[in-house]
Amino acid sequence: MIFLQLFVGFLRAGLLGYGGGPSAIPLVQKEAVEKYKWMTDDEFGDMLAIANALPGPIATKMAGYIGYRKAGWLGVLVAEIATVIPTVLLMMILLLTLSSFENKPWVRGMTHAVVPVVGVMLATMTWQFFSKSQKELGWVKSMAFVAGSFLLIQVLNIHPAIVITVTLVFVLVWPVRSEKSEIVEQGRKAQ
Amino acid sequence: MNLIKLWHDFLAFFIPGILGYGGGPSSIPLVENEVVGHYHWMDVPEFSKVLALGNALPGPIATKMAGYIGYVVAGVPGLVVGLIASVVPSLILMIVLGNLLYRYKDSPKIKRLTVLIRPIIAVLLGVMAYSFFKDAYESAGWLQPLAIAVVSFVLLEKLKIHPAFVVVAALGYGAIFMAS
Repeated sequence: MIFLQLFVGFLRAGLLGYGGGPSAIPLVQKEAVEKYKWMTDDEFGDMLAIANALPGPIATKMAGYIGYRKAGWLGVLVAEIATVIPTVLLMMILLLTLSSFENKPWVRGMTHAVVPVVGVMLATMTWQFFSKSQKELGWVKSMAFVAGSFLLIQVLNIHPAIVITVTLVFVLVWPVRSEKSEIVEQGRKAQ
Repeated sequence: MNLIKLWHDFLAFFIPGILGYGGGPSSIPLVENEVVGHYHWMDVPEFSKVLALGNALPGPIATKMAGYIGYVVAGVPGLVVGLIASVVPSLILMIVLGNLLYRYKDSPKIKRLTVLIRPIIAVLLGVMAYSFFKDAYESAGWLQPLAIAVVSFVLLEKLKIHPAFVVVAALGYGAIFMAS
């Protein structure tokens, strides 16, 4: 059952994602978080952060990780096959039989029409991430973080992988204040 | 002979996969460097044709190119090796790191990580959304993309229709009304 779900979910995300792996991100979120509830929004955000910090195709990293979490290595295989194989076969059939398929006006029209839809899905996800961040950190802090990472990534052209990795290392190394004070408090109560 | 070909096939897609940050599309120049510049499996027009078709079809770009070029170089074994080389190395890293994070997901540090990483992801997604809109504007002007964006927003967010139907509808609309 889970294998069928993984297959159908990633087949849909693979066959509908025009513009490469990154355009599949909102589609994978729809399947993994909203439809099949394989993971929470938070877990999806963490996964996206690691996937962005690591090299290689995004779509196959998400498919493999979710497949592994839900059903082990066989899950990885099923999710990857659903993501990759149908479109590779489509590509081969078209290249080996039809020539200049990609120049047909209606094919170009299809690609043009789907780009704004992906744009809307990505913009909606942007808003979801931002409004959640605003609830946790408050307006001032979340705006500061957004402005800071925008400055680093877009203005100073620092690679997102570096920004994410530095944040990751910083968070893991820097001590958590609330954790410490909790321990101190528990110690006091114990005394 | 064939084994050497397969080994080259592996290297040609392993190197772009492990060096290309930011998803498959960012690894395209690296793939071109291996396929056209290094191994001379294709010339530039041939490679451009593969790239153009890869862009016109759905699904990840990197794996479509690896699968097809692998097949051209060494048949079905080449296809399999090309796909493995582009998918598996980064996937293993992802599973190891992801599981580490998942195991400690209740620790305060990981919780803080989730909170602090979210604004960065918001910015990355926002930048991607912008580049898609820019691409739409450059290839089809502002009127039709804007109309499609508004209609798809209403369908997706207000009427909660599954993206599958919205994307298929957009494809149909594009094939008929945006053919150029």
